[in-house]
Amino acid sequence: MIILYQTTKYPAHLSNIPYNSEPKDYKMSSGSSLSVTTKDSERVSAEQLAKGHKEVGIAEFFARNKHLLGFDNKRKSLLTTIKEAVDNALDACEEAGILPEITVEIIEMSENRFRVIVEDNGPGIVKRNMGKIFAKLLYGSKFHSRKQQRGQQGIGISAAVMYAHHTTGRPAKIISKTNPKNPAHYIELTIDTKKNDAKILLDEEREWDKEHGTRIELDLEASYQKGSQSPDEYLKQTAVTNPHATIIYVNPKAVQYVFARASEKLPKKAKEILPHPYGVEIGDLIKMLQDTKEKTLLAFLQNNFSRVSKAVANEITANARMSAKMRPHSIHRDGAEALIKGIHTTKIMAPSTDCLSPISSELLERGLKKEIQAEFYASISRPAIVVNGNPLQVEVALAYGGNQTGDSPARLMRFANRVPLLYQAGGCGITRAVTGTNWKSYGIQQSGSNMPNGPLTIAVHISSVWVPFTSESKEAIAQNDEIIKEIKLALQDAGRKLAGYVKKKKHAKKRLERANLFERYIPEVAHSLAKLTGEPEAVLKHKLAEMTHKEELVARLSELHDTNVEYDESFANIGKEEEEAHLDPDEE
Amino acid sequence: MEPWTNYRRETMTKTPKDTLVGIGKNLTDGIKKGTPPKIHIPVRSLSNVEFDEKSQKLRIGARMSEREFFNVSHTRKFLQTIEVASILKGLLDIGKHSSLRDVFYMAKRTIPGTKTNVVDQQTESDKAIEDLELMSGFSRENLHVNANKMGSVAGNVIIEDSGDTINWGKMGSGGWSIPSNVENIQFNKVNAKYIIYMEKAAVWERLHEDKFWKKQNCIIMSSQGQSTRGIRRLLQRLSSEHKLPIYVLTDNDPWGIYIYSVLKFGSISLAHMSEGLAISNIKYIGVTCDDVEKYQLQRHYIALNDKDIARVKQMREYEWFKHNKAWQRQFKMMLNAKAKVEIQALSARGITFISDTYLPEKIKNNEFIN
Repeated sequence: MIILYQTTKYPAHLSNIPYNSEPKDYKMSSGSSLSVTTKDSERVSAEQLAKGHKEVGIAEFFARNKHLLGFDNKRKSLLTTIKEAVDNALDACEEAGILPEITVEIIEMSENRFRVIVEDNGPGIVKRNMGKIFAKLLYGSKFHSRKQQRGQQGIGISAAVMYAHHTTGRPAKIISKTNPKNPAHYIELTIDTKKNDAKILLDEEREWDKEHGTRIELDLEASYQKGSQSPDEYLKQTAVTNPHATIIYVNPKAVQYVFARASEKLPKKAKEILPHPYGVEIGDLIKMLQDTKEKTLLAFLQNNFSRVSKAVANEITANARMSAKMRPHSIHRDGAEALIKGIHTTKIMAPSTDCLSPISSELLERGLKKEIQAEFYASISRPAIVVNGNPLQVEVALAYGGNQTGDSPARLMRFANRVPLLYQAGGCGITRAVTGTNWKSYGIQQSGSNMPNGPLTIAVHISSVWVPFTSESKEAIAQNDEIIKEIKLALQDAGRKLAGYVKKKKHAKKRLERANLFERYIPEVAHSLAKLTGEPEAVLKHKLAEMTHKEELVARLSELHDTNVEYDESFANIGKEEEEAHLDPDEE
Repeated sequence: MEPWTNYRRETMTKTPKDTLVGIGKNLTDGIKKGTPPKIHIPVRSLSNVEFDEKSQKLRIGARMSEREFFNVSHTRKFLQTIEVASILKGLLDIGKHSSLRDVFYMAKRTIPGTKTNVVDQQTESDKAIEDLELMSGFSRENLHVNANKMGSVAGNVIIEDSGDTINWGKMGSGGWSIPSNVENIQFNKVNAKYIIYMEKAAVWERLHEDKFWKKQNCIIMSSQGQSTRGIRRLLQRLSSEHKLPIYVLTDNDPWGIYIYSVLKFGSISLAHMSEGLAISNIKYIGVTCDDVEKYQLQRHYIALNDKDIARVKQMREYEWFKHNKAWQRQFKMMLNAKAKVEIQALSARGITFISDTYLPEKIKNNEFIN
């Protein structure tokens, strides 16, 4: 048999065997003392092994690794499903220049089984694309485009369809209409994980009383719970960061929330940009050189990258010691490497930030005002920076004091491209930036590199054409040093504003505390003095009370507070864990 | 009644009660005009104590501290001072005396709306009384507050106190206990050549049992530890009214020497009382470092601890010791030996050694440190 031949090749197996016995024992036969590792019957040959090797379908891979896509558990699966559908709906509307109106409905079918219905007024999907969009992983318009969008890879909604089918066996039901004159398309589909393609079960035209839009209905195994990681919270925060959208939400308890549009203006449309040379990696570059239709290197550089003018392209080729007239197809690995060096020794303008659509710090602050009745708000919008050739912008808002609890860690709200991030806070670069900031110098308690402690809410928004997430489920920002540094700078800017307030408040509070102390001592001193001198106690008391200036101090302290008229208590309570039902005294 | 202090002589024409009420009136007049109430008290710390070369007494300096009601770190103390003033005024109104402890309980109550008491410890009301002494220029005895009596005396002396005639020679084994207020004592007969004042009651009992005062025709007096005001006042009166020399017997350690220092020059915390309490011609009889050598007391040495050493070093810098060669020599010897000796170490030479030999010899040979 061949099997033992391999075994003898490994000296490790021979280590106990006397050296001189080697030649003889080398020619192994079965039954020899050297058949140490396995019995013949258990060994499997490489050939046999090779038969087991086969390509893993992308859909199969994700079907087994649902957690990578945000389907770790029942509660999270519900949120992820809604999130993917809503993200797509918002992206589609914005791209088509339509003010979004999105309806989200969650129906509890039975224990652990829910129906999720998401409907938008977007442009609709043409019939031939419906299957691919909803039932083919890594299919989409966004992966190759360089502009700020919610979705990036084209995985999300198909993953939801796959999860729904896997847990309930039921197909996704989708209806979409692109034109008021035509009927809508209705399809029922599941995903064929082997082929990573749609398996259409029903395909027909239907009347749909809507001008245009898409509606998807999924049955899935899930669980619903209120709290900071609930769909309620997600939709609320989405409404805050997308004031141009109307979101109507019916939760499983059949409570309807209407987050009405607060702005009739669509956010500035993010422009698509060419890649910036600084961000290109050698593999990409080689592929681009092979794929291009340009005839010269000069033209290739000018037309495939942003911020590369003719002069800049010439400088790059000069710095790379390459001819500007070279044919791109003739450039291979070595040439590409030289070109990359050339790019990095050339000064190139930072990419244009047109491709970004930040929330604006005012809006972020307004979101906090609606949610939190605080004493002080501050917000900061940093200028855009470039990370790996992609523009990126950080915005931060703070809410301090008021009705927030003082002895617990600060609350952190994370957003990326207007999408709230509710999971994986611990592994997120935003969290790292917050804990790595020295809050003590802004008058906020903090022990070591922990979350600051105090009545504080911090909102951080990152917008970029390519947000580096830690996983496909897009729950946390990667711990990129440049991004963390930029977030820290924003937090520091906001922190300094906060410090001014905290200091003033502490001072005013201290003075008021002093006045309160004097107030308690005044009757005592007045009493003693009256006893000593025979002067009327009441007069002394009154005169001394005047000298504390307490009313003035109280007024000064309340003047310090921001007056927040935007606070909306019922809004703030959406998504909060239910408090214990209290007994109404009348009910007895 | 005669105020003792060298501070605020101008108040002397007023009675203690009027003076206290005056302090209050000053404040209430200001309050009615909208002036935040504030009192001024001379600073009672070494930094505000001067040594007067001429009188050889400690004297309080001119530095004043302010105690403001509208200053959080003063508020409670301010109240304590005023509250105690009103209590003392009440005592003077009805002509009754009370103890320091009584005053403490009269002042103690919880301030409504807080968990704080006007006074928590007797030291707080005691301090307020000392402050009022300084502010009024009257001693606490003048303000009708007496301290606990402490200390004993025996000797060939007949006095009159509150209508009773007392013979200090016929008070049994305990002797006469010295009250805190000795102002009203009258000396009817004083038959003694000198006074020995000792730090330790046990030594006093030894001498009393040996009838030392009878044999030597002297007065023996003691208290436990630092001497009280009553004792100091009594010693001063005997010194000034009957010209009796006073010799001080203490342990050979910095604390013993400081007892002598307080008797002779006055104390830092009661520098304002020096005039009435310090006795310039008092002399130190022992136990000296020379006694240790002369009577071979080395085997009874107790090592000085860090606190002792620090205290010696601090004391030798005091203005009133700094230029005194005899004392500098004692301090140096003590630091060199790094040890101290108790009075009772003399008993090793025989139980009556102190009364039969040590004291008579020293007095005969005029062996004192001055």
